[in-house]
Amino acid sequence: MKNKKSFAPQEAEARPSRCPDNSAFKQQRLPAWKPQLTIATVLSTFFLTGAFCLSVGICLILSANSVREIQINYSDKCSDCSKLRENSYNWNIECLCSVDFKLKEDMLGDVFMYYGLQNFYQNHRRYVISRSDAQLLGRDVNVQRSYCAPFTTYNNGTPMAPCGAIANSMFNDTIDLFYNFNSSVIQVPLLKTGNSWWTDKNVKFRNPQSHNLSSAFAGTARPPYWQKPVYLLDEEDERNNGYINDDFIIWMRVSAFATFRNLYRRISRKRHFADGLPAGNYTFHISYNFPVTKFKGKKYVILSTMVWSGGSNPFLGIAYVVCGAAATLTGFIITAIHLKLRKKKTYFQK
Amino acid sequence: MADPIRWARYRWQRLISTEGREVSSSSNSSSKRYQSSKTASKHRIVIPCLGHFKEEYEKVSKLYMNNKIRTTKYTLLNFIPRNLFEQFHRVANLYFLFLVVLNWVPLVEAFQKEITMLPLVVVLTIIAVKDGLEDYSKYKLDKQINNLLTKVYSRKEKKYIDECWKNVNVGDFIRLSRNEIIPADMVLLYSSDLDGICYIETASLDGETNLKQRQVVRGYSEQVSEIDPEKFSSRIECESPNNDLSRFRGFVEHSNKDRVGLSKENLLLRGCTVRNTEAVVGIVVYAGHETKAMLNNSGPHYKRSKLERKVNSDILWCVLLLILMCLTGAVGHGIWLSRYSEIPFFNIPGPDGKLIPPALAGFNMFWTMIILLQVLIPISLYVSIEIVKLGQIYLIQNDIDFYHEKTDSTIQCRSLNIAEDLGQIQYIFSDKTGTLTENKMVFRRCSIAGQEYCHEENAKRLESYQEMDSEDEDSADAQYASLNHMSKRRGHNCRAVNESLKKKSLDQLSGSYPVAGRENSASDVPHAGHVAFSSRIETDVVPDTQLLEKFSQISSHSYQQSEDAVSKLSLETTYIIDFFLALAICNTVVVSVPNQPRQKMRHSSLGRMPIKSLEEIRQMFQRLSVRRLSSSPLPSIKESSSESPNSFVSKLSIFKMKLASPALDGAAQRAAEPHNPDSPENPQLSEELDMVNVAAGSEHHSAGSSVKGSSPLSKLCYEAESPDEAALVHAARAYKCVLQSRTPDQVTVDFTGLGSLTFQLLHILPFDSVRKRMSVVVRHPVSNKVVVYTKGADSVMMDLLGTASEVGTKNSEMEQKKIKERTQKHLDDYARRGLRTLCIAKKVMSDEEYTEWLNHHFLAETSIDNREELLLESAIRLETKLTLLGATGIEDRLQDGVPDTIQALRKAGIKIWMLTGDKRETAVNIAYACKLLEPDDKIFTLKSQSRDVCALVMNKILEGIQKNTSAKKTKSQKLGNVSASPSTQAPAFSAGLVIDGKTLEHVLHDSLQNIFLDLTEKCRAVVCCQATPLQKSVLVRLVRNKLKAMTLAIGDGANDVSMIQVADTGVGILGQEGMQAVMASDFAISQFRHLRKLLLVHGHWCYTRLTNMVLYFFYKNVAYVNLLFWYQFFCGFSGTSMTDYWILILFNLLFTSVPPIVYGVLDKDVSAEILMQIPQLYVMSQKSVAYLPSTFWITLLDAFYQSLVCFFVPYFTYCGSDIDIFSFGNPINTAALFIILLHLLIECKSVTWIHAVVIVGSILFYFVFTLAFGATCKTHNPPSNPYWIMERHMTDPVFYLVCLLTTCVALLPRYLLKVLQGTLFPSPVMRAKHLDKLIPEEQREAIKRWKDDCVVNCRMEFQVTSGSSSSATGAVSEEESIASVLPTSKTPLQFCSRGGLVEEVSLSDIQDESGNTNSLSSERTVFLNLSKETNSDSYGSSNCCAKVSQRTSEEGKSAISLAGLNTEQV
Repeated sequence: MKNKKSFAPQEAEARPSRCPDNSAFKQQRLPAWKPQLTIATVLSTFFLTGAFCLSVGICLILSANSVREIQINYSDKCSDCSKLRENSYNWNIECLCSVDFKLKEDMLGDVFMYYGLQNFYQNHRRYVISRSDAQLLGRDVNVQRSYCAPFTTYNNGTPMAPCGAIANSMFNDTIDLFYNFNSSVIQVPLLKTGNSWWTDKNVKFRNPQSHNLSSAFAGTARPPYWQKPVYLLDEEDERNNGYINDDFIIWMRVSAFATFRNLYRRISRKRHFADGLPAGNYTFHISYNFPVTKFKGKKYVILSTMVWSGGSNPFLGIAYVVCGAAATLTGFIITAIHLKLRKKKTYFQK
Repeated sequence: MADPIRWARYRWQRLISTEGREVSSSSNSSSKRYQSSKTASKHRIVIPCLGHFKEEYEKVSKLYMNNKIRTTKYTLLNFIPRNLFEQFHRVANLYFLFLVVLNWVPLVEAFQKEITMLPLVVVLTIIAVKDGLEDYSKYKLDKQINNLLTKVYSRKEKKYIDECWKNVNVGDFIRLSRNEIIPADMVLLYSSDLDGICYIETASLDGETNLKQRQVVRGYSEQVSEIDPEKFSSRIECESPNNDLSRFRGFVEHSNKDRVGLSKENLLLRGCTVRNTEAVVGIVVYAGHETKAMLNNSGPHYKRSKLERKVNSDILWCVLLLILMCLTGAVGHGIWLSRYSEIPFFNIPGPDGKLIPPALAGFNMFWTMIILLQVLIPISLYVSIEIVKLGQIYLIQNDIDFYHEKTDSTIQCRSLNIAEDLGQIQYIFSDKTGTLTENKMVFRRCSIAGQEYCHEENAKRLESYQEMDSEDEDSADAQYASLNHMSKRRGHNCRAVNESLKKKSLDQLSGSYPVAGRENSASDVPHAGHVAFSSRIETDVVPDTQLLEKFSQISSHSYQQSEDAVSKLSLETTYIIDFFLALAICNTVVVSVPNQPRQKMRHSSLGRMPIKSLEEIRQMFQRLSVRRLSSSPLPSIKESSSESPNSFVSKLSIFKMKLASPALDGAAQRAAEPHNPDSPENPQLSEELDMVNVAAGSEHHSAGSSVKGSSPLSKLCYEAESPDEAALVHAARAYKCVLQSRTPDQVTVDFTGLGSLTFQLLHILPFDSVRKRMSVVVRHPVSNKVVVYTKGADSVMMDLLGTASEVGTKNSEMEQKKIKERTQKHLDDYARRGLRTLCIAKKVMSDEEYTEWLNHHFLAETSIDNREELLLESAIRLETKLTLLGATGIEDRLQDGVPDTIQALRKAGIKIWMLTGDKRETAVNIAYACKLLEPDDKIFTLKSQSRDVCALVMNKILEGIQKNTSAKKTKSQKLGNVSASPSTQAPAFSAGLVIDGKTLEHVLHDSLQNIFLDLTEKCRAVVCCQATPLQKSVLVRLVRNKLKAMTLAIGDGANDVSMIQVADTGVGILGQEGMQAVMASDFAISQFRHLRKLLLVHGHWCYTRLTNMVLYFFYKNVAYVNLLFWYQFFCGFSGTSMTDYWILILFNLLFTSVPPIVYGVLDKDVSAEILMQIPQLYVMSQKSVAYLPSTFWITLLDAFYQSLVCFFVPYFTYCGSDIDIFSFGNPINTAALFIILLHLLIECKSVTWIHAVVIVGSILFYFVFTLAFGATCKTHNPPSNPYWIMERHMTDPVFYLVCLLTTCVALLPRYLLKVLQGTLFPSPVMRAKHLDKLIPEEQREAIKRWKDDCVVNCRMEFQVTSGSSSSATGAVSEEESIASVLPTSKTPLQFCSRGGLVEEVSLSDIQDESGNTNSLSSERTVFLNLSKETNSDSYGSSNCCAKVSQRTSEEGKSAISLAGLNTEQV
């Protein structure tokens, strides 16, 4: 070790020696940052983390508290319809149901209307994969070879459009909202487009190319559980029909959990509702089609506003506060230990 | 004419025993068994493809391989199948293959079919590419070798033509010229050398740089012209190919059925180089893969490290965990399904429309889960471990501290996969010679005829060398001054010193002493490098003045008196002459001239040179006589004919001195030497004198004419097989008894007093480890009697001494006895000084005796089978009734830094055993010198004749130690409780055990193994002397298997090979004794002291790095896979993954694979300097502190915690919202990436820019990949589709908040744990880490403090280890128990328990040593001696007596006392 320096001049004149390079890397002498757990770094880590988490947490809680949300379980309230739908032979019998509710406070800003499903395992593996993205892109594909089985073709060979279990089980209730204003009933204007991701609507989902939609889907049939073919999903709006129907696109984005909500409509901020939903009495008029009793599920309709941090879920804020509190507390404990041990002089040899 | 029956038998045997050959080639050890069991069964017949053998040749040639070699494993065609086949031998790969297959089953498939193959394909490809590249380089090398050209005799063209090596066949004649490489094993049939000798250099085979002689088959050597292959009509029968380099047996059967034996002396081995010989012709007997060189080429070996074994067992735990998780999934899925009486929308029926019953679905789910959670078994771990090991090895190889300037060599890592074992070594088994010592033999002392010559001047010279070695180059000036001062005191000493200084300064300062010594040193320097055993330390011997005086008497005697003077010389003088003759003759040294390295010294070549002097006439006569002798098959018959020239020669030689001087003067003038040639009478001899030899006069003519004007300083070069031999020859040369030349038939020695003597060399009985001696049989030119000179170990030689039957008189008998006694005393003295001892003896035989012996010997020589045994027997028959001439003491100096290294390793908690073949005293003294034993140690010597006694002694020693330790323990406990600073506390009780070869045999018996190991565990050092190579390996195996300890064997010679192979880690020293140890080793270093850094620094680093990396890998995989597992609770255990499959697979393969590898290669917990200074830190890795079972489980727990956090924070955040699966998976995945990488950062002890680049790069790569993938995967990835998710999340503050919180919550506990651990229970490694930050002064202070603290640790450890084994004998007080082993009184105390007789074995000679200041100044030995005779009293245990000697250092006296070990009696 000591004569390391003496190598250099000798090497020059000697034949190529086997002596290894005296480079920092090869001699493992690279300048290194050695994370040292000194009291300063440790305490600052904990206190800074604590302070940061606390402040973020408080912000989150405050913002989450400003969210107004109302959630109505209509599968219980429309028990008649629920019963009717238990039997699948009644599929073509229409069942209407109306649910009243009272909004105690104004819901200001953008109000979103969701439908919620409970205990519906959209994340079941075989369900998740049962779709054909290529078909939804408007390509002419052989669905037999996709993961759609068994919802690919009918016995006569007619392919389903769209194929697969996800599409087949699409939520098909229609919900309308009415505002009971001074004993007159005003239908709340709802927007049915613009609810899905822009990329989904414009890139990921495409209708087959044809001069009109029904001819584009010629030679295909609706999925077995559907009441109408795919090109009739929205007869009013050409750009919301077929595969690029917003309701369909949203449904096709399968949920992560068995209890979930999907965006159904947005309140159009016009006239009475320019600032959102005013307080008062409201009624949902629901055309009840989607059966949930089979899987012991429930259906909700949800009205909610939004803030930057999402919906009304307070978890994140609380978690930040708890984490910050814990970190700060730990910081104090460590300080205490440090002060106690410093007297014994066995701590951190500085 | 050929024997058809034998031929048929041979063919049949060949057919049935092809596999037998493979066995023999597989390993060295098995070849011995094979040799004994399958004797006489398989011979090979070699016939030339010429003449009347043509038909037979066709038949035979098909059976033998040709010379084409292929060392590659694969060909282009079979590469893929064969490589795959080999790779699927790995269980891990099979497991992943199974997963791939499983994924193709539709019912259980979890991923896209192709995706599961990805990891497997990547791993297989990486390994295949690596294998392929390795193989390709081999292929290129093979091709190059196969296409080398050589001259093969062609039948068609009737001459030698150029052929590629690959076209050479068995039976071909090959003609080679000088410096050509031998293409195949062949029997030497012709050599241009007149004596029928061919020299070969075997450096490529065994690394030995000296030349080896090979001899033309007897009967062919007298041919004057080159052998004509057409006329060759003999057949050669020899043994089947085997890998034993030192053996070749066979015979040549001439057409007249005469047989001539063949031995390894006749065999030229493939790969060697022909030297010094113009041309040779041989017939190929083994070709290609059947050559001995190829059979010995076993390739790299694979060992599995301890850590790897542990990893494998932990992987089994992971498998168990996996099965548990999958079972959970299966049962959960079954239950979940059974909750639904009807088919819900989301449960899709099978393709046939029917629903699978829950039980079956659960069963299917089990397999799906296995595929989904497969990452739990880390396939990438194996690849990563291999890469990390490669990186570690690379760094070890590039460590500049392992570079040894003198030999221009650095460490070689020959085994790539056990680097981390270096960090766990518990036992080191070390060879002595060449390992601890330099293996540079320096002649120190000799004793002739009972008279000692201590060579003090020589000792001083050596000291000066030592000084120079230790001093640094900057102090050269001071040194020069001091040496000058020294040289004033001793005139002739000054020369050597000065000159070496010049040389040294030239080396080091490159020209700051420019002209002064250039002429001298320049001529010395060039050849110093490539001749073995010829460093100046070894070659320069300063003669003893006393002995020189006696020499001058001899010369004057012979000068004045006539030819019959020799017989009238005094007995002592004849002894001296014989002694030095034996030193010069009794060896196998090859003489060459340095100016033409590898050029044999040839005295005369008739016809080429005009005869110049009488000397040459004499030589001519001599040659003629010898020629005639050697041509006769039985030299003894023609004895009378050789008599007259010999006596003529001897007469001539007397006149030689007068003639020589003028010739010399002329030579010297031509040489333009700065100093005058010394006359023989001048006692002031310089070391240059030896080349002032008589032959030089004639030599210069040839040298001057053939080598154009090169340095006329024709110094002789001796190339010896062992350094001892070289040392002895150089010693003899110092006394002007110069070995001039050596041919197979004759040895010429130039003796000052007697002139040049040419001995007719009758036989050489080479050294072997059984006889422990070697002999030469010569005909003395003066007395014309057959004389046997023998040198060997004193243990065997002393028994062979005859009772002076030939001299007859009582007087001389007494004299002999006296000499023997005194010599023995000197020998013991030498041994105690750590010198290697050799006895020199001679024997004069009458012609009748000799003829009788010769007949027997001839029989032995010609037999193929049992030849070794017969030769051994024959040798033993010859070596009896010897007359002792004297003894030599050769010093083997310790290598630099050996004591420091041993002390450091010992502090590191490593037990060091020294296993040596030397005798006890030598071994013990070297052990003291290198601090293996310390003056305070109690030394137990185990030496007993029978097994029972041995057991008894060991029990007694054990008892003694136990009592002693228990006493110490109670004492230390008391002290430890009372005093806070235990620095004064002596470390644990230390004992050393010395055991010799014979006793070792008993000890290694099954019944005694356990008690022996118990005993050795209590001793801090064990020295085994006179151990055979086999015993060495058995010892290592014993410790390794019984104690389950990690062993390291280090050695430099062939005798250490078996030990090196057996040990967990074998280390070879690139020493003087060839490459065999290095070939067998895992690591090869050039100096013993390098072991310190290798173990303490690299061992520690490699181990901690790899362990941490492995643990990290387990953590990483468990943490990541559990995320998927937790999700199963929310998706009905259906096997959904919330992450895209590609990202899931690539996460392990790409995003998180490089940082742990960098971490595994570069992490540095403590700096090298600190590790070197505080060896105690090694204990941490030795005891696997970093990887205890608990560590593994804590790591898993942490992984579970982190995965819980990583999953449930996002879960609760998004719970109930409209988030979709992959949007949910994305923050989880991203957070997991941050957690996993930052976790690594917390674990990292040092972060270099490489770490930073890799970690930041991984994160960036992840984001770039997910962004790119998210933007493009509209349909590419059918079932899962993370399209645009990452892009969307990047604009969502909640995503960042979630990731941040998750990372914080997941990592804070581990951080806290680290903080608390560092604060409350800092491990030594952590404390050492702090030292790195300090400034040097503080650091030194802290290290000092540390060492004090360490005593506490050591003591605690010691208590832990001893507590388990020591029997609690609390009643014995400390004083009593110590007294039981070690009587404390200084007065001699004689005691023998119950009348058991004690054989008095004198140890009094220790007292002689008291004046000597080295090594023995303070020694306390407990020497247990047991002899069989004491058994007669049948008192069982009580007659075990011990002799206890204690020496106190102050007085330098020794008190010899005897004491029974029975404590109640003391």
